[in-house]
Amino acid sequence: MIIGSRPLKFQVMVDHDQCMLCGRCVENCSYGVYRMEDGKIRVNSRNCVACHRCLSQCPRDAIMIAERPCDYRNHPVWTDQVRENIFKQAESGKILLGGMGNTGDYPIIFDRLVLDACQVTNPSIDPLREPMELRTFIGKKPRQLELKYGPGNDVELKTKLVKNLQLETPIMIGHMSYGAISLNAQMAMAKAVSESGTFMGTGEGGLHEALYPYQNHMIVQVASGRFGVDVNYLDRGAAIEIKIGQGAKPGIGGHLPGEKVCADVSCTRMIPEGSDAISPAPHHDIYSIEDLKQLVRGLKEATEWKKPVFVKIAAVHNVAAIAAGIARSGADAVVVDGFRGGTGAAPAVFRDHVGIPIEAAIAAVDTKLRQQGIRNEVSIIASGGIRQSADLTKAICLGADAVYIGTAALVAMGCRVCGTCYRNLCTWGIATQRPDLVARLNPDEAAVNVSNLIHAWTLELAELMGAAGINSIESLRGNRDRLRGYMLDETMLDVLDVNAVGA
Amino acid sequence: MPAVEIDAQGMHYTPLNRQIREAVTNGATEIVLKNIMGQRFIGDGLTGTATITVEGVPGGDLGMFMKGPTIIVHGNADHAPGNTMDEGLIVIYGSSGDATAHSMRGGKVYVRDDIGYRGGIHMKQYVNKKPVLVVGGEAHAFLGEYMAGGLIILLRLNQNTNMPFAEMGLASGIHGGEIFVRGTVEDWTLGIGSAAREATPEDLASIKPYISEFCEQFGFDPAVIMASSFTRIAPVSARPFANKYTWE
Amino acid sequence: MCGIIGVIDKTREMMDGSAIREALAIMDERGSGEGAGYVAYGVYPDYADLYAIHVFYDNIIEPKTKVEELLETWGMIEHDEEIPTYESGRMRKVHIPWRYFFRPNRKLMAQSHTPEDDIVTKIVMTVNTSIPGALIFSSGQNIGVFKASGWPEEVADFYRVEDYEGYLWMAHNRYPTNTSGWWGGAHPFNLLNWSVVHNGEITSYGTNRRYIESFGYSCTMYTDTEVVAYLMDLLARRHNLSPEHTVRALAPPFWEEIERMEPSEQQLNTAIRLTYGQAMMNGPFAIAVASHDLLVGFSDRIKLRPLVVGEHDQRLYISSEEAAIRTMEPSVKKISMPRAGQPIVGRVVA
Repeated sequence: MIIGSRPLKFQVMVDHDQCMLCGRCVENCSYGVYRMEDGKIRVNSRNCVACHRCLSQCPRDAIMIAERPCDYRNHPVWTDQVRENIFKQAESGKILLGGMGNTGDYPIIFDRLVLDACQVTNPSIDPLREPMELRTFIGKKPRQLELKYGPGNDVELKTKLVKNLQLETPIMIGHMSYGAISLNAQMAMAKAVSESGTFMGTGEGGLHEALYPYQNHMIVQVASGRFGVDVNYLDRGAAIEIKIGQGAKPGIGGHLPGEKVCADVSCTRMIPEGSDAISPAPHHDIYSIEDLKQLVRGLKEATEWKKPVFVKIAAVHNVAAIAAGIARSGADAVVVDGFRGGTGAAPAVFRDHVGIPIEAAIAAVDTKLRQQGIRNEVSIIASGGIRQSADLTKAICLGADAVYIGTAALVAMGCRVCGTCYRNLCTWGIATQRPDLVARLNPDEAAVNVSNLIHAWTLELAELMGAAGINSIESLRGNRDRLRGYMLDETMLDVLDVNAVGA
Repeated sequence: MPAVEIDAQGMHYTPLNRQIREAVTNGATEIVLKNIMGQRFIGDGLTGTATITVEGVPGGDLGMFMKGPTIIVHGNADHAPGNTMDEGLIVIYGSSGDATAHSMRGGKVYVRDDIGYRGGIHMKQYVNKKPVLVVGGEAHAFLGEYMAGGLIILLRLNQNTNMPFAEMGLASGIHGGEIFVRGTVEDWTLGIGSAAREATPEDLASIKPYISEFCEQFGFDPAVIMASSFTRIAPVSARPFANKYTWE
Repeated sequence: MCGIIGVIDKTREMMDGSAIREALAIMDERGSGEGAGYVAYGVYPDYADLYAIHVFYDNIIEPKTKVEELLETWGMIEHDEEIPTYESGRMRKVHIPWRYFFRPNRKLMAQSHTPEDDIVTKIVMTVNTSIPGALIFSSGQNIGVFKASGWPEEVADFYRVEDYEGYLWMAHNRYPTNTSGWWGGAHPFNLLNWSVVHNGEITSYGTNRRYIESFGYSCTMYTDTEVVAYLMDLLARRHNLSPEHTVRALAPPFWEEIERMEPSEQQLNTAIRLTYGQAMMNGPFAIAVASHDLLVGFSDRIKLRPLVVGEHDQRLYISSEEAAIRTMEPSVKKISMPRAGQPIVGRVVA
């Protein structure tokens, strides 16, 4: 007990005048904060993770949660977080683990980019009354068309087009595996993407049978653990994604704790119940770029060259060159996951310190592919920290074809970003496999929420495009002229190839 | 008073309009403009009841903000004749360009032949001020877009009535007024917030006076036209986009 | 706002520049007196097979030496002279317009299918990006661009366009928004035999520019119109698409329209949109493009700018206003308004 107790992270306060003793907080909290004692609700604040489930269910607004009501002595270098991390590591001697994305205090580039609108010299377009095309095709496109002209109006298309995924809006949901999240959460998102005319990823946890009805809107993932991968799985997906890395933890593998490996998860992953599901850091059949090409081809052979194959990488320093290599591997799209990408659990030191922001990564990749004349070889899917339609719009201006959202979709289902996904206690029934908790998430209702979110962002994207006088997404893509940097330094502006405000 | 004749050869529109106003002030009821070639704003903001005959090809915004007079064009008109017009009549013995009758708030525009894109865009009406646009030929996409009131009649006289109207964005965003198209319209042409049905005898009775007047101007037989079936396009709701927003 | 007009005589009957001067002047209201220009095809019959390279020099010492060195490196200058100009009123010789009749040495670009064109393109890009004080604004064979800051009639008189005869003319009256008053910013824009006049603003410029630059073109004029010339060159010359299909790529039908097409048309249009999505132009525009045997006019996909077509015997007119066409041809036989995105193509038959 050298270090002793630290200040409370969250303090839970119950207004006993308001409280009607319904007990919903006791029932809903899976972290053991509440108990009913002597005709009163009692709390153990130290257990609280601020998931707000109790708040959301309290009929009388009787609960208040305060974050860190007792400060450490203020110090700009030795912050609360730094001191607490040292305490924990001094006590345990272990690597710090955390859920959700990057908590580092980095400026968000998206928030320093502003969009354009028309005034006088061209009319803004009203997307409500005139056509606004958001249809997006993900996959390889020819660099040039070969048309053979015959007599009269006769024309023959000589170029063969390969299969692309057709999205009605450039918003997809990224890969969150069954195991990391519940089947109900996956079901809800699958229904939502099917209804919205877009796609979602399975993650590396296989494809549960219950999702088969939505398989035409699902991208099946092949990651280093190869969990759930068989030819049935590959055949069912609309596309296949090879996951090399992830923005939340570039360079390391994954680790689904045994607590979350229930009977069903063990079945889709084909590992024993209760054992950890461990994904290696690299694919052990990919030690170099030419090996990636082998895996791309291996997957294409297995599926008779009918499925687009994506390759997902974490945005690291050399992301542009790596993406150019991927473009040459035969892959149809490259997914670039920025350092704000979410995760169920990642070592905090990776989550907060490895990788680069998605904004710079998109710009670098798009520029590099153009310089090499291979931009049509692959689509660019951007992910990692897409929080709102403005981020989506800016990502497309920088050069992305579409985005993956992850955390935003979970938040649409109730997630409060408490960051404790790895404990299997998610009170919202999202990041848990505990049947009583999973049952809290009604897939049909949650599907409506997710689909509403996609719909609302799509409307906002259309409005932003219309205001910029653009009626088709192709004309927004890579249109960095319609962005300006606000309080970004010159080097950053160069990387983004964006002018400063006023310029 | 005899008709006042103005030779507009090589004349800028400002002195031309000044001469028109002078003539009106002096009591002219008939003004003939000769050799018109591209002059804009003819009759712009003009009030009174004079009749102006235009010989040649006027430029854009003919009869803009006009309140009362009649303009008769022997030739085609350029973009937006009747732009934000208040009262009066424009008769075009020919075709006119895009945004014909743009934001019109009263009066009538009769075009013998075709009009361009966005005809009658955002026409509106208030109490008994109800603008009317009648087109003898064809219209392009976004006819009656944004329409908040008034009446558009599209006769498609050069078209075999078996060919349905096939231009996108018809009455897109309409929230007031009505459009009549002779014959049928393809379902996909209908823009957001609009609904189409076959016109009833009562509907036809309501448009008959305008069709008769139109026919009188151009020498068509109203009986033949009135014998055709018409499609009526009207708003589904006066607030088509009310459901789009939520508070922050 | 800008005004455009173009005319092609399909039998190559020559017209001098006086009529188009009048037609452009009738649309003075569309401009601001800060830029106008003309292009004529067939103006240099004595040097018909040579590239007529028009250059604006800020002075005729340094930049001129450098340009000539570059030309001599890649071929031979067979003749050169100052382009005759006539200062009057406020029209002053801000730049010295010079012309070269140039024969590229095709052996120097042996790997190319079109070595002469590629040499000239390279010279244009090099001069315009790296020789300060020199700007090549016309580089085709037997064609000439004549442009400057000023009202249409002032610019016409400055060059005396009535002294030139061509079977195809285009002219432009400018209301600048991006680069006011700069001579290089006036239209027509030209590369090789492609010339472009444009009314409107291309909201997809950033996308189009990045696209075209990945094929080796450099945008140097600080204005959106120049990409149109390069896109035409890429699609119609290098990729061999017909003018109609090129226009289809630049102003394609909507997906909902494509869905209503016959399967083979659907397939073709989908292929065009997928392949050339970045070439698609957005925003309001009406454009006329010319090449040696061709005049093409088209507007944006939702017709945000006016375009009128006149047909009279062997002549096809394309303009922003009917009045301009009637100024050139009072008794024009047919006037029509094309649909949004519809290519209007006039080809020489002789």
